[in-house]
Amino acid sequence: MIDYIQPDYEVVRNKDLCVKCKVCVRQCANQVHAYDEKRDALYVDNSKCVNCHRCVSLCPAHALKIVKTDHCFKPSANYTEDIIKDIYRQADSGGVLLSSMGTPKSYPVYWDKMLINASQVTNPSIDPLREPMEIKTFLGKKPEALEYLPDGSIKTEKYPNLELKVPIMFSAMSYGSISKNAHLCLARAARELGTFYNTGEGGLHEDLYEYGENTIVQVASGRFGVHPAYLRAGSAIEIKIGQGAKPGIGGHLPGSKIGEDVSRTRMIPMGSDAISPAPHHDIYSIEDLRQLVYSLKEATDYKKPVIVKIAAVHNVAAIASGIARSGADIIAIDGFRGGTGAAPTRIRDNVGIPVELALAAVDTRLREEGIRNNVGIVVGGSVRSSADVVKAVALGADAVYIATPALLALGCHLCRSCHSGRCNWGIATQIPELVNRLNPDIGARRLVNLVTAWAHEIMEMMGGMGINSIEALRGNRLMLRGIGLSQKELDILGIKHAGE
Amino acid sequence: MKRVYVNEEWCLGCRLCEYWCVFSASGEKHFPFAFDGGAKPPAGIQVEERGSVHFAVNCRHCEDPLCLKGCISGALSRDGYGAIRVDKTKCVGCHTCIALCPYGCIVSGGDNMPIKKCQLCAGKDYTPQCVSHCPNNAIVFEEDEDL
Ligand code: SF4
Ligand code: SF4
Ligand code: SF4
Ligand code: SF4
Repeated sequence: MIDYIQPDYEVVRNKDLCVKCKVCVRQCANQVHAYDEKRDALYVDNSKCVNCHRCVSLCPAHALKIVKTDHCFKPSANYTEDIIKDIYRQADSGGVLLSSMGTPKSYPVYWDKMLINASQVTNPSIDPLREPMEIKTFLGKKPEALEYLPDGSIKTEKYPNLELKVPIMFSAMSYGSISKNAHLCLARAARELGTFYNTGEGGLHEDLYEYGENTIVQVASGRFGVHPAYLRAGSAIEIKIGQGAKPGIGGHLPGSKIGEDVSRTRMIPMGSDAISPAPHHDIYSIEDLRQLVYSLKEATDYKKPVIVKIAAVHNVAAIASGIARSGADIIAIDGFRGGTGAAPTRIRDNVGIPVELALAAVDTRLREEGIRNNVGIVVGGSVRSSADVVKAVALGADAVYIATPALLALGCHLCRSCHSGRCNWGIATQIPELVNRLNPDIGARRLVNLVTAWAHEIMEMMGGMGINSIEALRGNRLMLRGIGLSQKELDILGIKHAGE
Repeated sequence: MKRVYVNEEWCLGCRLCEYWCVFSASGEKHFPFAFDGGAKPPAGIQVEERGSVHFAVNCRHCEDPLCLKGCISGALSRDGYGAIRVDKTKCVGCHTCIALCPYGCIVSGGDNMPIKKCQLCAGKDYTPQCVSHCPNNAIVFEEDEDL
């Protein structure tokens, strides 16, 4: 058989620098590097390299680099190299193309087309190092007005809320798609930061119940690992209707990632593919959703907020309006640039809409309908920096979900081969020797560092705007200006153009 | 005193510690230069390995060091930091210390050549290079109970 696909990357070793320590040989789980005893020489198989930089990062002599091959097809702006290669792949396999992490396609990133305001002369900016600055956030349904009893105590019913010290949470990544050590890093960091991580749809490993106060437990269409103790273990329950990277389809975890622990946690047989149905078969309407929301509330004595997570799709505002009336406390919207452990490539790259537009549309719609206080809004799906967080809050979000940045903090190099199950950084794998590469002491510290740094930056930007509480930034779209956007885009985002 | 301790749970067997040790002891400024002359680990630290279990062992700088007691040429001594150091100009390579060390931490430098052992990176301000370059915190430099 002819191999139509030539390697994408070339491993370049500088022989002047290499000391033949063979660290690269030992560390590349893809077996790209090898050592020949007889010749005392290292050699490579470029075809197996996924460009994860494990060898590059660990080479003590800085002797390695990975370059994109300059081997090329005749250039075409229409039949690009990617398209040609995908066709070869499918002609080889006859199968659906699978990919991991967020889409690499060059769709507009609206975060980068919005600019943040700052005070000058007429209203003073605030120095967060010297003056109080509040970024604590309460997530959930808020009362419309307060009523008091004659003795002065509050009569109004209080709804369960999540208290976040920073408006940033770690979004759903299941145990199975990522390793137990990765979960442990997220759980420990969430505890230290006073925020939450999300189990994803794979259940909760028994060793992680102790982090329950900082855990959001997810209920997805496959219902993997869902039982009463699991529901009670977390501080909130998230019903996953959809995921930004693959709206309209369910999760897929290859059997190769389902070993003993994952199988016990998910309550499914070892080695079986875990394929979640595309819809929840008990939810065909907002009324059905309401039933599930209330079943979950009933199961947890109405003490925990229920989140409904949806992918950002064309009618997102109308859908969110329905969810806000379903009894759910929080809506999570996941944009189409969001990551995934495994998704059909064509769906990842072509289905859904950007989260910035979805957020603005949902916030506007809920305000117009007077039901914005019914729910908290959380957005995810490519929130990449503290500036993105500030812009999201100004567009109307209560908090954000981050996943890809969290994985990057843990060492992920976005090689986008999570679905292979051989993550060289110990994140998206269940192979014990690879999982061990992620020491939770290091990982949790790096996550805490990242979010702490973002929190400082958020406060700096708020201070610059003369705002000292995140509440005053929320939905404050006057703090944003568009740059290079059409009138239609500005209208949807509800912001003015720079200069206006 | 502070010693290098191992967390075998996190050791990957990558052997970076071994190479950084050789570099540290070489006194060279550029990593590859340390290996020009054919130098090969182990020196002060060595990774023991069987199957998927790995851990790095090195000198315990014992309270009551048998190596020092047994040294026939007075090449071994304890410095002000508590580290057992070797004076390469005095060591005759008799390997008595190697035979005596209960931890198997001293490495032969070849027949009649000075031995190699951990000196806690005395030449690098006592910042153990093995520890600072371990990718997974599998070795730590900590104050702990005396041996
Ligand atoms: S890790 Fe670097 S120095 Fe060691 S063998 Fe590989 S390329 Fe050479
Ligand atoms: S797959 Fe990763 S570790 Fe292996 S050669 Fe490529 S970049 Fe290096
Ligand atoms: S550098 Fe660390 S992980 Fe690597 S072999 Fe040495 S002790 Fe083990
Ligand atoms: S502390 Fe320094 S001398 Fe001792 S084993 Fe580590 S690298 Fe070698």
